[in-house]
Amino acid sequence: MDDWGRFLQQLINGLSQGSIYALIALGYTMVYGVLRFINFAHGDVFMVGAFAGLYLHRWFTPLLGVVPGFGGALLILAGSMAVCAALGILIERLAYRPLRSRPRLIVLITAIGVSLLLEYSAQLIFGPNRQPFPDLIETKLVGGLGGLVVKNTQVIVLAVTVALLVALRFIVMNTKMGMAMRALSFNPTAAALMGVNTDVVISFTFGLGSALAAAGGIFSCMLYPQVQPFMGVTIGLKAFVAAVLGGIGNIPGAALGGLIIGVVETMVVAYSDKIGISSGYRDAVAFVILILILLFKPAGLLGKTEREKV
Amino acid sequence: MRWSHLLLTAGIIGAGVLSACAPQIDDYAVNVIVLIGINIILATSLNLVNGHTGQFSLGHAGFMAIGAYASSALTIYQGAPLLQAMGGGVFANNALFLLALIVAGLASALAGLIVGVPSLRLRGDYLAIVTLGFGEIIRVIVQNTESIGGPRGLNQIPAFTNLFWTFAVASVTVYVVANLVDSTYGRGFLAVRDDEIAAEAMGINTTKYKVLAFVLGAFFAGIAGALYAHYITYITPEGFNFMKSVDVVVMVILGGMGNIFGVVLAATLLTVLNEFLRTFEQYRMIVFALLLILMMILRPQGLLGGLHWPFKGKLGKKAKA
Amino acid sequence: MKRTVPLLATFLMIAAAAFTGCKKTDSDAPATEIVVGEFASLTGATASFGQSSHKGTQMAVDEINAAGGLLGKKVKLVTEDDQSKAGEAATVVRKLISRDKVIAILGEVASSRSLEAAPICQQSKVPMISPSSTNPKVTEVGDYVFRICFIDPFQGTVLAKFALSKGWKKAAVLTDVKQDYSVGLSQFFKEYFAKNGGTIVLEQNYSTDDSDFNAQLTQIKAQNPDVILASGYYTEAGLIAKQARQFGIQAPLLGGDGWDSPSLVKVGGTAMEGNFFSNHFSGEDQSPLIQDFIKRFKAKTGEDPDAMVALGYDSAMILADAIKRAGTTDSAKLREAIAATKDYPGITGKISLDDKRNANKPAVILTIKDGKFKYVETVAP
Repeated sequence: MDDWGRFLQQLINGLSQGSIYALIALGYTMVYGVLRFINFAHGDVFMVGAFAGLYLHRWFTPLLGVVPGFGGALLILAGSMAVCAALGILIERLAYRPLRSRPRLIVLITAIGVSLLLEYSAQLIFGPNRQPFPDLIETKLVGGLGGLVVKNTQVIVLAVTVALLVALRFIVMNTKMGMAMRALSFNPTAAALMGVNTDVVISFTFGLGSALAAAGGIFSCMLYPQVQPFMGVTIGLKAFVAAVLGGIGNIPGAALGGLIIGVVETMVVAYSDKIGISSGYRDAVAFVILILILLFKPAGLLGKTEREKV
Repeated sequence: MRWSHLLLTAGIIGAGVLSACAPQIDDYAVNVIVLIGINIILATSLNLVNGHTGQFSLGHAGFMAIGAYASSALTIYQGAPLLQAMGGGVFANNALFLLALIVAGLASALAGLIVGVPSLRLRGDYLAIVTLGFGEIIRVIVQNTESIGGPRGLNQIPAFTNLFWTFAVASVTVYVVANLVDSTYGRGFLAVRDDEIAAEAMGINTTKYKVLAFVLGAFFAGIAGALYAHYITYITPEGFNFMKSVDVVVMVILGGMGNIFGVVLAATLLTVLNEFLRTFEQYRMIVFALLLILMMILRPQGLLGGLHWPFKGKLGKKAKA
Repeated sequence: MKRTVPLLATFLMIAAAAFTGCKKTDSDAPATEIVVGEFASLTGATASFGQSSHKGTQMAVDEINAAGGLLGKKVKLVTEDDQSKAGEAATVVRKLISRDKVIAILGEVASSRSLEAAPICQQSKVPMISPSSTNPKVTEVGDYVFRICFIDPFQGTVLAKFALSKGWKKAAVLTDVKQDYSVGLSQFFKEYFAKNGGTIVLEQNYSTDDSDFNAQLTQIKAQNPDVILASGYYTEAGLIAKQARQFGIQAPLLGGDGWDSPSLVKVGGTAMEGNFFSNHFSGEDQSPLIQDFIKRFKAKTGEDPDAMVALGYDSAMILADAIKRAGTTDSAKLREAIAATKDYPGITGKISLDDKRNANKPAVILTIKDGKFKYVETVAP
């Protein structure tokens, strides 16, 4: 395969990896946009989504018999998203709502607590071992692209990410609930005075964000069919960096950020010998990007600088 | 002589006495006590950053790692010639160790400076993630550096740590932090913690205090790392991962952010508890996590927060929009 | 007064902790029991290895006791969990030695934790037998530290020899940089392979818990190797194989004993067919010793034993054999007896300990066919 072909292939690899980051980043950015708070536990909701998919498949395949691949996958996706939406709303209700007026630091610590709780409970319930994820859709190579290897699952994931992005933007810009979310993000007090039911909107935001994380979990398992209790940790952090890169609170930014990080990571690994660093530094890439963006353009690529009023 | 000076001396002498008794105490207990001492240093140094200055750092294990590796590199690679130069024997060993500790502290302090600079512009959540990132970057760098062992770790580190060193350093750490907090600097830290913008408006150089907090916190964390390395005699990058940082954070939160006594108590308690609850390991982290959540909801000032130590606890009273 | 209390508290706590019942007691082990210590990672990241190893050791101890014990006494196994964490191994081993007064220590699976514990055992003159730590440095710590498995240099060489014997001249190496096991294995494979006529066409790295290897595999594919060494654990190997096949890479994959797990095939699926890995024993070996062992283990736990179980079992049995030969649990004599182990018929092969206290025994090469591990050949040391 020639150099150019290889570059294209790595680009595809990167976009495919990046679309997972993008899906999770969407949830981060939404919650931050409305609540000004980083939901540290978001990556673990991703993990719960993956496990939900695993168990739904295990329990319902006998019932459904052999539902044609696509239909079955869709059902499991929907089921997993529903479970995580419920989980997200529950977490918000129990752990974050009591702290709404408290300093951000306290909520952050609580979020870390929730994250650890999810991880270690999962380890207790599901066991610490990695488990295989069933093939929901048979992986086939998309032909006709010369030497390039593109899997149908990669195409699906990328397509669905874009679709979800569009849907999300629609919700935020064109629906009443979306308007309420935007109002809340501008000024919670004013929004409440205007009759917005803050609690409902916040619950909705969390539910939606968690559902997106669940989708991320299922798609991640489509590409990389393995689940384990700590699978959300690294990916959650990278998705957070993606959200910041794109401009936290900015929905298209989050998707863009995710794709960029996926591609940069892949390129660093691909050209590691030319750059002179070992490909073992892959994990550090996201953090270096984070530090750079916070140093030079803290508002992110698509974000606007926020003035902090006192 | 001021009370605090007297007690510092008492602390150091006490450490010496304890060390002399060490052969009478069984190894396991010594192990636990050394770990207690190291955790006290870690918790107190993190408390300076998180509690007193309100800068949330999640990368403390990274500073510990730097100190551990820097000191070990010194004692392993340059140890023999240096010992020769000093004439060998107990004195030379201890002198070398002291040098190693200082090197560890300085190396970590330098890292603290590097981490502190970007921290200037960041608040709360962002800072936490950036420090986490730095901690991870440090770990990845160590892992990819073969000359200090890489993932295989560094072993055969000379076992210089004993009860004297551990608790002498712990006493010094507590002394320095306590005195600092009670001084002009302390006022500065607290001003930054309570309301950074108001502090700037009042003419306080918040930059200086934030960086100072980081650098000092890192300095002592590095020394703790060196003590750890020279006790366990084997270190790997995995031992300084995010979970380790979380362990220290839990101690600080439990003890009450800003409460020196509380934090020392929490460090001791948690280390000892770890031993007793060894059979319940599966539930340990779950219990910790629940504890974190419940504490934040019900008692964010920590177990002893109510003692108003050393200043009235301000947590819970400010609500940023 | 404000500063004094913290310091006073620190001091008081030292005093309190120091005297809470930790005076050194003389050895007063009840004369009716032989206490053996075991430390393993029963929880945490590498829990599956630790649990397997423990099951094997426990079965061995149960069998010994059922047969009447050792030197007329029952054997008591005290197991401590090191939580797969650094720093914990040292603590629990110190506890086993000073509190439980064990006469020997069995453990650990992971080289990093063995390296932590070894200096302590050496200093306290308590013999330590590791069932499966492969880092050469472990036994270099001192003459009280033993292992009953082969070491990385041997395993790496075995794999390289095998690859060359199959006529594979170009190899790509994929290493897990987070695991010292993988780094060691890759290093020794590369050395032998390159020195004996092979060429390493590319080296790539990844980290434990990674799930995307497309970038590395794309690079590897471009080099068109005859064989790929994936020296990490089964946890990533399954995914690596799957993605490699999806890329159209036909070259077989090679692995070490870290591949040994039913999860390997569960995750890797058909992508695993035709790959090879080195291991300590093969479940297919028809020798009555092994078949009987498998039957007994299955009867006891309902599962098939993996290599960790077998190694845990052998480590306990070899210790028992040494105690019998020494006729005493005196540490120096016991150490001599363990060091003199020769041609012990273990489940994991005929084990002899060499003068470096490492096991001299063959490795087996297994392949995956129809989702099962099949025996290919034995490579002698």
